[in-house]
Amino acid sequence: MAREDVLVTADWAEENLDTPGVVFVEVDEDTSAYDSGHIKGAVKIDWKDDLQDPIRRDFVNQEQFSQLLSERGIANDDTVVLYGGNNNWFAAYAYWYFKLYGHQDVKLLDGGRKKWELDAREVVTEVPKREATTYVAGPLDWSLRAKRDEAEAAIGSKNLIDVRSPDEYAGRLLAPAHLPQEQSQRAGHIPTALSVPWSKAANEDGTFKSEAELRELYVDEAGLDESKATIAYCRIGERSSHTWFALRELLGYEDVKNYDGSWTEYGSLVGVPIALGDEPGTK
Amino acid sequence: MSDSCAAPDQDTALPESVDLAKETVLTGTVVTDEGELVQGAYVRLLDGTGEFTAEVVTGEGGRFRFFAAPGKWTLRALSRYGDATGEIEAARGLNETKLAVSR
Repeated sequence: MAREDVLVTADWAEENLDTPGVVFVEVDEDTSAYDSGHIKGAVKIDWKDDLQDPIRRDFVNQEQFSQLLSERGIANDDTVVLYGGNNNWFAAYAYWYFKLYGHQDVKLLDGGRKKWELDAREVVTEVPKREATTYVAGPLDWSLRAKRDEAEAAIGSKNLIDVRSPDEYAGRLLAPAHLPQEQSQRAGHIPTALSVPWSKAANEDGTFKSEAELRELYVDEAGLDESKATIAYCRIGERSSHTWFALRELLGYEDVKNYDGSWTEYGSLVGVPIALGDEPGTK
Repeated sequence: MSDSCAAPDQDTALPESVDLAKETVLTGTVVTDEGELVQGAYVRLLDGTGEFTAEVVTGEGGRFRFFAAPGKWTLRALSRYGDATGEIEAARGLNETKLAVSR
């Protein structure tokens, strides 16, 4: 897959704001950013209210996803361009989701909201009106999603990529440094997981690094074994969606899964192995 | 447990549950070279080796806040008015810094 099949530049976006069949979608946890100004014509998806089941810890099912996209006026054959804050974490998470439910043509806006704002490009507060559609989501594609048993079974046999910050990996911090640190789960990482913070895949302005730089990062520096399947994880699965995108969509590795249970699940499991410190550890 | 890993609104008061006897909080404001507060600046926290640790966006008050650990940190601000870098030796409690961005 080529970079232009999965990523669009801000210039391309600006030229295609009114192109029929192209739908811009802002995805964030905090949708006040959308309300204060968004790319013209973009609809919003709330990561928490729209994409998570309100009761169970899981995401919305096939029917709920179909209903959501129908309400937003997105059709099965639309080109969906996703963007958001936090260096596109939530947009990448939504991208993974669109792929999980079989949407064919979905892309990320390279650099997301951050590059758009730093470039001082136009934002509007007007909310677009789109006719409802009859969107039909496909069955969940389990080749893209890892569950906890698979993450544990991957120790020493598959590539595990821990994309949290080095201090979270080593067990010195339990959450990203902009969040308070009181947590219930144990600190550390899944043994044998390689530490490649998600941020290494991105430039300072939020755009993805080149494929050559990414390959050097994962294969040459971190030691990813290209002959093996890969599972990426973080704390709750959004930062690892960003890395999943880099590995599967930009570098083209076929068997790459995102473990969305991630550390808040794994670090709370009874009896599973945990490694502490800066080294991957052994099986 | 926070629902997601996203940065919260940076203008809100420090939550009461935060114990400053235990937490190391790095906070401050982003200003232009004329001293105006900068809203919408992207502030990054880099660890002692220069590695990215976290990023937040300033609100109306130009304010940012990180929860870290005692030690050496670098703060890096990007905005449409320019960039700034600051070094900080953090101790437990509140550590206040001002970042003046320029082209």
